Amino acid sequence: MSFDVQRIRQDFPILSQPQHGKPLVFLDSGASAQKPRAVIEAMTRCMETAYANVHRGAYRLSEVATNAYEAARGAVARFINAPDVREVVFTRNSTEAINLVAHSWGRGVMRPDQAVLISELEHHANIVPWQMLRDERGNPLRVCRVTDSGELDMEDLAAKLADGKVGLVALAHMSNVLGTVTPVERVVAMAHAHGAKVLLDGSQAVVHRRVDVQAIGCDFYCFTGHKLYGPTGIGVLWGKLEHLDRMPPFLGGGDMIERVSFEKSTWAKPPARFEAGTPAIIEAVGLHAAIDYVNAIGMPAIEAHERALVDHAMRKLSDVPGLTLLGRAQDRGGVFAFALDNAHPHDLSTLLDRAGICIRAGRHCAEPLHTRFGLEQGTARASFGLYTTPEEVDYLAGALVKAREFFA
Amino acid sequence: MSGNDFFGDLRDLYQEVILDHGRKPRNFRRLEDADCTSRGDNPMCGDRMELFLKMTADGHIADAAFQGRGCAVSMASASLMTETVKGKTPEEAQALGSAFRDLAMTGQCHSCAASLEDAMERLTPLSGVHEFPSRVKCATLAWHTLNAALAGAKEASSE
Repeated sequence: MSFDVQRIRQDFPILSQPQHGKPLVFLDSGASAQKPRAVIEAMTRCMETAYANVHRGAYRLSEVATNAYEAARGAVARFINAPDVREVVFTRNSTEAINLVAHSWGRGVMRPDQAVLISELEHHANIVPWQMLRDERGNPLRVCRVTDSGELDMEDLAAKLADGKVGLVALAHMSNVLGTVTPVERVVAMAHAHGAKVLLDGSQAVVHRRVDVQAIGCDFYCFTGHKLYGPTGIGVLWGKLEHLDRMPPFLGGGDMIERVSFEKSTWAKPPARFEAGTPAIIEAVGLHAAIDYVNAIGMPAIEAHERALVDHAMRKLSDVPGLTLLGRAQDRGGVFAFALDNAHPHDLSTLLDRAGICIRAGRHCAEPLHTRFGLEQGTARASFGLYTTPEEVDYLAGALVKAREFFA
Repeated sequence: MSGNDFFGDLRDLYQEVILDHGRKPRNFRRLEDADCTSRGDNPMCGDRMELFLKMTADGHIADAAFQGRGCAVSMASASLMTETVKGKTPEEAQALGSAFRDLAMTGQCHSCAASLEDAMERLTPLSGVHEFPSRVKCATLAWHTLNAALAGAKEASSE
């Protein structure tokens, strides 16, 4: 199926909703993407025709709902090429997935003297859980540097792995600020050679390119549904079964146990062990629909569209006087953080909103990265989805020139 | 299409006075001999300022100055504040701050003593911010910082 962006845009009802009387130009998909009708309808259909609690009812409707929930797990497994569907754990989002690993692997399997290695380009979600682990259990936290072009400093990575004391490398597959795609296959090879496991935060990456966890070779991979055109409230942790098997539960409650008495409970096997309580059933169905939607368009076509869009945006944004782009990585996706010389990011965001353009302003949950680049006041960020057009990029560039005049 | 039309009614927020004070904030300096200082911090957006107050012997604000970084709204608000609180007593300055917060949130000044009317009039260009709920805290950060300085606190936050 050929990639027709105008036809794709018709799948997203919100894109035809004017903002301040102007056509919506939504350039904040990196924070959360808009939803296609297929997702909206699948969730509605689930509630109207196939909803009950899962995993417990011995009646047909509950079996139907259970099948739909487990079918979503299967769709996720195929989407990231997981070898075994039991390796897919549903969480609320990536943040919860990372916290799950920090808790159950960090506290349950890693020794307190083993370090966690992250990088300067991490989202707070991949910083704070490791600080909490360090403060509670003593696991040292190491931070790999980022080069001036916004890429991982591979020499620094090698140096920080060299003593063999790193237990886990936790890294973003794609930066939510710089757009940098990190060389994960290389990182995994280096980490494994030094006895470290690897957790990848794929929140941004999974939207923009085909992810194959077996080809990457990582130990854990997580992403969130709402950036992948699915609903909020559902995310994924994938982990090798041999790891998940060794990990104690994260939350306690129903569905995650085998037997319960007041003296002792025994844990269910993965993935149920990590899914305490009633899960996000409707959201899982929505995520399944989102994956089907993306698959129907085809990841290669989405990648090609985005590559062209990124090249176009690099040219257009570079032509805006006074604009400084944060990060110029060779391998990058459709996320652009920038500073405009005389306009503060918040003023810019308010201004562009009146032109129908939604961009993000601030530090994008990556304060240390902004400090690293001397931009404590934050940046403005435009991020693309599969519905973003070159014309929208042109409109943004034109609006930035006008905004600069406005504040001159 | 001119910038004015392109950005709709944004001149309501960014009036010329705001843009001018945002670009060239007045009293933008340290007071080395300040009697009260406080830092204001807006961690969500990275706005940050330090406020300095010099008091007279009979307890009036002799001089007010600030340094920091932030958006046009927060810089302009701090700049206008330092101009309007000079010569006021701490009580008057606090009353002004309270009336200003009203103005920033509702667009109207409900509770303004006659003696503060002139000062409030100077702050009126910021009233447009009430149409932008996510930006109200930009306008009020300076006044939170002032309250903290007068109360002897070292830090304030408008979060």
